[in-house]
Formats: sequence, C-alpha cells, structure tokens
Amino acid sequence: MSYWRVPLDIQDIKIPKGDIHIIIERCKGCKFCVEYCPRNVLEMSTDYNPKGYHYPNVIKQGACVNCNLCELICPEFSIYCLEGEAQPPDPDEVLRKGGNHES
Amino acid sequence: MSETITDYTNKLTIPKPEENFRHPMEAYIRSERFPHIWCSSCGIGTILTAYISGLQKSGLDPEKVAVVSGIGCSGRVAGYLRLDSFHSTHGRALPFATGLALGNPELKVSVISGDGDISAIGGNHFIHSARRNMNLTIICINNFTYAMTGGQAGPTTPIEANSSTTPYGSYEYPFNLPFLAESCGAVYVARWTALHIRRLTNAISEALLKPGFSFIEVISPCPTLYSRRNRLGTGLDSMKFYHDTAIIQHGAETREVDIEYQQKIIVGKFVDKEKPTFTEARDKFLKKKLGDRFVPYRGPNHGH
Ligand SMILES: Cc1ncc(C[n+]2csc(CCOP(=O)(O)OP(=O)(O)O)c2C)c(N)n1
Ligand code: SF4
Ligand code: SF4
Ligand code: SF4
Ligand SMILES: [Mg+2]
Repeated sequence: MSYWRVPLDIQDIKIPKGDIHIIIERCKGCKFCVEYCPRNVLEMSTDYNPKGYHYPNVIKQGACVNCNLCELICPEFSIYCLEGEAQPPDPDEVLRKGGNHES
Repeated sequence: MSETITDYTNKLTIPKPEENFRHPMEAYIRSERFPHIWCSSCGIGTILTAYISGLQKSGLDPEKVAVVSGIGCSGRVAGYLRLDSFHSTHGRALPFATGLALGNPELKVSVISGDGDISAIGGNHFIHSARRNMNLTIICINNFTYAMTGGQAGPTTPIEANSSTTPYGSYEYPFNLPFLAESCGAVYVARWTALHIRRLTNAISEALLKPGFSFIEVISPCPTLYSRRNRLGTGLDSMKFYHDTAIIQHGAETREVDIEYQQKIIVGKFVDKEKPTFTEARDKFLKKKLGDRFVPYRGPNHGH
C-alpha cells in the first residue's frame, strides 16, 4: 500500500534533464562514471574503442538529471553533460517510486 | 577542422577538435597532448578535473593563476593545463612557486604534485614555505608511493604496504601530512580522496581564495604500482574502498589523522585560520622599521 499521491502542482515542478556526450576515443574504461552515476544512466559497452577499451553507453536516455558527476569523476575528459530541457516529473514515475527517496 | 574556438583569455584560438570542443573544460586543458600518460583508473585525471572545476568556482581570473608541478606521474598535471604552468624539477616545485609568487604578487600560484615530490625530496621546501606562510595553494596527490619510478617506498607508504623497495612490507614510520602541514604553519589544511570529487572541488576553491599557505592532501588510486603490488585491484576498487572507509570529520585534530595500511581514512577540513602572509608580515614589519623609506614591491606591472 502506498501513501504517495501525485502532487497537485506537478506541472510546476521541473526536473533537470541532461544530454550526455561521450567522446569514445578518449575513454580508458575505468568505469567510474558507470559506477557513480546516481541514476544508473550508463553501462559499459561490449565494443572496444580505438584504444582497446570498453566505453560507456547511455542505456537510460531521459533518466539523466544533469548532475555532472560523471563529468567530474572521469579522469579522461571523455564524458560530459549539457543541460537539456527541464521536464515536469512523470506522474506514474512519482507514484511508482513513492517520492524522491533514492540517492 | 577549419573551425576554431576561443579560449578563456579570448586571445588564443584553438582548432576545434571534431566533436570534443564542447567539453565544458576544454578551454583549460591541452587536449592536443592527449591521451595523457595516466593509466586506466588512475586518480590523477579526476583530481585535475577537480582543480579546473575548483578554479572555475573560485571566480579567479585564469590569467592570474599559475600552476607548478615537480616530477612524477602527479607532476604531469602542469603539462596538461592550459594555464601558465611549469613542470619544474623533482622536489623543487615549491621553491619555483615561491619565486613566482614573490616576483609577481598578483598571481595566485598553486603547486600540484606527488607525495614523493612534495614530502620526500621536496620536504625541506615544504616545511619552510609553510613556516613563512607563503601565498601558495598546495595540492598533494598521495598515492603512497613513488609511482613514476616503479613503486618504491616513500615517506607516506604505510607500515605493512608492499613496494618495490620493501618486498616484505614497509617498516618505516610514515608522515601524517596534514599534521606536518599544520605544525609548520599552514593556515588551511584539508584531506579528501579522489572519490570525494565535489567536496574536493569546494576545498580547492576555498584554498585558492585563502591568502597564505593552504594545503590539500588528496588520496589517489595507483592501480598499476601501489595497488598491484598490494593486490588491491583496480582504481575502481580503491574508490569503493574510500567509499567504505573514509570518515568525514571536519576540524579533526591533525595529530590524530594518521593513515594505517588499509584502515580508515579521516577526511575533511582540519584547519582554516587567519594569519598574515609572508608578504603582509614583511611589509608591515619593514614599514614599522623604515617608515616612508620603505616602498613595498607590488609586482612587475607597478613601477616604483
Ligand atoms: C633529482 C631527482 N631524483 C630522482 C628522480 C627520480 N624520480 C622521478 S619521479 C620520482 C618520484 C615521484 O613520486 P611522487 O612525487 O609521489 O609522484 P607519483 O609518480 O607517485 O605521482 C623520482 C624519485 C628525479 N627525476 N630527479
Ligand atoms: S550527469 Fe549525473 S545523472 Fe546524468 S549521466 Fe552523468 S552522473 Fe548520471
Ligand atoms: S569515467 Fe571516463 S574514462 Fe572512465 S569509463 Fe567513464 S568515460 Fe571512460
Ligand atoms: S603508475 Fe600509478 S600513479 Fe602513475 S599513472 Fe599509473 S596508476 Fe597513475
Ligand atoms: Mg606518489
């Protein structure tokens, strides 16, 4: 049973959104970005880049909140996030998650 | 590749690398020298992004910032920063930086270098720059070893840790760098790890804005030498270890923040106090002694 309800002002609440850019050939496959992204947006590829490393792929397009953690923790300057258009939260998602408790 | 971007000085034009030009830190790095020398999952690159981000946050004019490194893997930072940066000789980053800071008091001078460079061969310079409260920001990347030369034991290697010169484990008493820095007179002392990236960014920005001798020790993974010899896994394993064992304790007594082999790491801001810098103390003292005969030196852009 859930006590969560969709907030009445949901249309006014905006969740920041980010666009992830990956410079594949710079990556050295350390996995820092994949491990520490709070929204699990990334996953390591099975492909290799020209240097012979696995690199991150975006697997949850739309889940990125533009926190820039991946950009800061990457030792290779090979991933960065630019501000996307902020979106109101998805009411179904709010109900499913029971509020913003994660991370 | 005909398009160009302008760097932060609005003077240099840099050829626009195909797709890379929009990395928000592109203007601060010499990416034409990439790939950089650091191994996969080494922490030094992460500390470099923290420095750039801390510098941006500080609001300082990058044209009035200089970075000096010594020799070592950590010492390569200077060569990848698109600032006035100097790759000096082993152990001599601090005297070089002191000269720069005294010669041009308008500059904010940082030293980014390794534990060996700063506390072994450069130890004497370190204690005296701190004692004089030189206007310098020191970022000491501590990977517990001389990485560049093959993983020898140095002044920060914990007792028990294996290194290429202590194949049965080290038995020397290591330095506790924050305690050393505070005892010698540093006005700002903090320790973070390469995992504490946002807190490190804030600390770097605070330290850059702090007049006097500021010191930040950053614990950093060296998967290729320190971790491999001690079977501690990849850089990601070290990051997870920092996550599990680091304890944030602002204001902790520096004498109590020793690091023992694979034990807890106390991090935080330990010291933040006010004290006249070398230059302020000198000018005040000489003004008192000499009165109007004393003309303080203001730098190359201010004639006497
Ligand atoms: C005068 C002099 N002595 C010794 C060396 C050899 N040497 C180069 S780097 C280094 C140690 C670097 O250790 P550290 O400062 O901790 O940097 P790291 O490589 O671990 O990042 C040494 C001993 C040198 N280059 N110059
Ligand atoms: S910006 Fe934040 S949420 Fe987006 S991918 Fe990077 S770490 Fe994940
Ligand atoms: S943090 Fe950077 S180098 Fe490491 S896997 Fe991610 S993109 Fe690659
Ligand atoms: S040897 Fe160690 S410190 Fe040097 S680049 Fe490799 S991982 Fe980093
Ligand atoms: Mg070292």
